[in-house]
Amino acid sequence: MKPAPFRYADPGTLDEALAVLSHEGAGAKVLAGGQSLLPLLSMRLAAPTTLVDINRVPGLDTVEATGDGVRVGALVRHNALLRDVAAARVQPLLARATANVAHPAIRNRGTTVGSIAHADPSGEMTSVLALTDGSVTVATPSGTSDVGWRDLFVGPLETSLHGPAVVTSAFFPALPARSGTAFAEVARRKGDYAVCGAAVVLTLDDSRRVSSVRAAYLSVGLVPEVHDLTDAVAGKPVDSADWAAAGALARGLVEPDSDLHASADYRRHLVGVLTERTLAAAAAEAGTRR
Amino acid sequence: MSVDLERTVSITVNGVPREATVPVRRLLSDALRHDLGLTGTHVGCEHGVCGACTVLVDGEPMRSCLLLAVQVDGRSVTTVEGLARDDGRGGQLLHPVQEAFRECHALQCGFCTPGFLTTIAAGLDARDNSVDITDDEVDELVGGNLCRCTGYANIKKAVRHAAATMKDPR
Repeated sequence: MKPAPFRYADPGTLDEALAVLSHEGAGAKVLAGGQSLLPLLSMRLAAPTTLVDINRVPGLDTVEATGDGVRVGALVRHNALLRDVAAARVQPLLARATANVAHPAIRNRGTTVGSIAHADPSGEMTSVLALTDGSVTVATPSGTSDVGWRDLFVGPLETSLHGPAVVTSAFFPALPARSGTAFAEVARRKGDYAVCGAAVVLTLDDSRRVSSVRAAYLSVGLVPEVHDLTDAVAGKPVDSADWAAAGALARGLVEPDSDLHASADYRRHLVGVLTERTLAAAAAEAGTRR
Repeated sequence: MSVDLERTVSITVNGVPREATVPVRRLLSDALRHDLGLTGTHVGCEHGVCGACTVLVDGEPMRSCLLLAVQVDGRSVTTVEGLARDDGRGGQLLHPVQEAFRECHALQCGFCTPGFLTTIAAGLDARDNSVDITDDEVDELVGGNLCRCTGYANIKKAVRHAAATMKDPR
């Protein structure tokens, strides 16, 4: 199908974008990469009255990597983040997760911040924002504020942002010392929505024993969830920890739903398998990172 | 700030400046086919999954069904019609990927072919073909496009064949 009629504006500044959003009211929607929004329009699952295209707004297309973390501007395409060496050094999970976002042609246009604002629980970057304890910066006509991931995600495709607002960037804190990450997902075709996915961060203490294990899952809950799996492997030497025990703990913590693609039981099974697999990979990395 | 229902856009398509007045909801795929008469770009699923409508925007593969025509105003678009080059004698020289598809019988019904050709051509044009292409690279290049006839074996063969012929600069 084709999108229902709408009005279109492509403001040249952020202030102008906020002014148009205010003027156009509740039916207005921000358009960035559009790789999730355009399908919704064509399938007539969404029918905004006005699209406010922010692609001409300057200053939103930069990735800033510092010791504290990585700030990703609203117009940074997935593929740009994927190729950003400095960002991968500060928070390796970014490139690992981004490589799983759809297909290259979609990554050339889709934006990382847009997929977060889209708040799809099967999206890679929503889970990564949650797992890294990240936040977004939101511009409104009355000023700019930071919103932590817990306050951002309300439900599937739903955020706490109302009224005229533009998410201008997302901030992903740096990977701590002696830590490793890994990301894996199972999809019917590589690049399709994951039936289930897992992102993990594992941290070791001074004597190479496990001190913290946290995981976030895709396509499992209604909003991204972070689960602490430390209890299953706390204090165990990194080389002999029982990652399957962490997988078993995770299986008991998640409450996935059934749908056309997978039953809840199968998803729970995948949570266990992917947890075990990603933790083994993250442990290998943690052992090499000071 | 103008908020419009209709706009006139200027797009350089396959090197030729074109202009069209379109409703702002017009998808790039439809603008190419209906407003500009370039029906080489095929429309399959119209929600980004099948890849048949993939075109190059400023050289980068993108789904033309996931772009509005107004969003490529002032940009350069290459469709499957623009992959071949003039041979200098009034004819056309197929892109090595097109040659390879013919050579390896990489199409049957042909519906998905334009999207494969644009995606693979951009991918191979961007890489250093003096280095042999890996199986993973081939999978990544064709993985975002659906083909229901070939089973992909001959398409992957064509990618390797094209990469090999592009090894030596012509």
